[in-house]
Amino acid sequence: MKRKAQLMQGNEACVEGAIAAGMRFFAGYPITPSTEIAEISAEKLPCVGGKFIQMEDEIASMAAIIGASLTGLKSMTATSGPGFSLKQENLGYASISEVPCVVVNVQRGGPSTGLPTSPAQGEIMQARWGTHGDHPVIALTPSSVKETFELTIRAFNLAEKYRMPVILLMDEVIGHMRERVELPEISELEIANRKRPGVSKDAYKPYKADEDLIPPMANFGEGYRYHVTGLVHDETGFPSNSSSVADKLVRRLMDKIETHKDDIIQWEEQNTEDADIVIVSIGGVSRASDTAMKMLRAKGLKVGTFRPITVWPFPEKRLQELAERVKTFVVAEMNLGQMVLEVERIIKDKAEIKRVNKVNGEAVYPEEITAVIEEVL
Amino acid sequence: MPSAIVNEYFRTNKLPQIWCPGCGHGIITRAITVAIDKLGFDRDKICVVSGIGCSSRATGYLDFDTLHTTHGRALAFATGVKLANPEMKVIVITGDGDASAIGGNHFIHACRRNIGITTIVFNNNIYGMTGGQYSPTTPKFDKGTTAPYGNIDKAFDIPTLAAAAGATYVGRSTAYHTNLLISLIENGLKNDGFSLIEAVSSCPTYYGRKNKKGSAVDMLEWQKDHAVNISAASKMTPEALEGKFLIGEFKNSPEPEYTSEYQKIIDRFIKE
Repeated sequence: MKRKAQLMQGNEACVEGAIAAGMRFFAGYPITPSTEIAEISAEKLPCVGGKFIQMEDEIASMAAIIGASLTGLKSMTATSGPGFSLKQENLGYASISEVPCVVVNVQRGGPSTGLPTSPAQGEIMQARWGTHGDHPVIALTPSSVKETFELTIRAFNLAEKYRMPVILLMDEVIGHMRERVELPEISELEIANRKRPGVSKDAYKPYKADEDLIPPMANFGEGYRYHVTGLVHDETGFPSNSSSVADKLVRRLMDKIETHKDDIIQWEEQNTEDADIVIVSIGGVSRASDTAMKMLRAKGLKVGTFRPITVWPFPEKRLQELAERVKTFVVAEMNLGQMVLEVERIIKDKAEIKRVNKVNGEAVYPEEITAVIEEVL
Repeated sequence: MPSAIVNEYFRTNKLPQIWCPGCGHGIITRAITVAIDKLGFDRDKICVVSGIGCSSRATGYLDFDTLHTTHGRALAFATGVKLANPEMKVIVITGDGDASAIGGNHFIHACRRNIGITTIVFNNNIYGMTGGQYSPTTPKFDKGTTAPYGNIDKAFDIPTLAAAAGATYVGRSTAYHTNLLISLIENGLKNDGFSLIEAVSSCPTYYGRKNKKGSAVDMLEWQKDHAVNISAASKMTPEALEGKFLIGEFKNSPEPEYTSEYQKIIDRFIKE
């Protein structure tokens, strides 16, 4: 069963996915090019009994979704460039206090106010390291309108499953692009919900993890009467200055994702079986990569593509496997070299690495990728 | 031996608290629990939210759902809690720096929305946790570690700021005037909309020592001698009010509450 085909924008598909995933709270602040996500949420949430609020700033929006999630509602905020910088403070709070939520960043040109209406991918590293301190990150990067719908649902599922903020790292190309999509029926979707406490209210320890390193989560207002803090805390949730408690907490937060990498990491590859050259790209750029590959294949060149769907954690193992026989990787991105740093770290000197970089506010053209590849040959 | 009220509403296994001897914050925190007790609220439906600073540590000692957030952001987190579940009674505990400096924007907008949150600002006129820097409520020419030659900033009057921004219940009391403080918090909690109660506290360790205000007892005596109830003030001459500050209920003008207004939108448009 498919719904009827519709013409839909990426930002619109994000809201459709969020509501399908169970989003019932959105707090945001207007910013180009993500604003449609707030506008459509404001329109649609009351219709499903959900809540929308336009907060006074980006920091407050991030804070409000954490408060709402602790109170039991699946929550999301959306922003772009400068707003993503402002989210970082409370992204760290959600990480250490293990509050599920989804943060959408529709990337635009930076730094600072930069190019508000133009695409970029300048926050690949900020998504990983933007908030201070060691913390795990899951960041998903859709490359089509339909995939934006799917990955928004996945972002909620991963947030709920692993009790952490999940970043949907879009770019302006995908956010504002309109495509024909056929969305699945809600009943066909897999929806995950946070793990609930299995002990009495008196015995509940909010940060006592199970064997999977994930602590079950009670909601405020249910009578568990527990404490949540951004300070280092022990299993009971209360602050501690103990060096062993601090070490145990930060390592568990990291291991929570490290040990479940195989469940989290996704990528897509095309024509890699016989490829001498593989183009690595995400989001809007991967569409140009596909075209570039087809152009070069038509000329008889053995070119494939590799597209991380989770840019964090990065599909490291698969890239290492490919590096055993691929001669050249071409990393194309709308920045001056961010994802390539991760590719270089993983591949080391096993293969040649070439860069295609663009920061002029235009999308990457297939010809710009083919030109670099033709130079190699 | 803790009193009955402390046994009932405090996480006694977390006591003693971290505040310095002579700090007014303990008196104010207890006053909040007395007000809650008088109202007979379901304690499972109370959420107390705080920011960062000395006063914001109070949440760790109170036996409710408690949320100790980031500096200045308590009201923004609390807005999420309240809108997500309007049945909850949401209380924010914050300090003068937390509420009116780094959290100033969140403060005026929470007032403006008239969302059902009762906020108690523990005003000790200084940043205590970081060791005595001047705050937006440090009186002009007083000293702090970052104002070694005297503070040249004009101080905020927090209740006036709240009233102007749209809070529908506003009052001020002191750690000394505990019974008045309890009744203001009680009335604030009865107000459906946004309530602001400034609780004048005292910091003998930093503000007091820097400004030669004497002992902890001297500082409470100062509150007694310089606070004038608003009902008495109207009969006093400007000369008699010189150097004094007002306490009491400054504003009590209920208006439709934010989450109730939002519920009306849901009721009109819900399809499920």
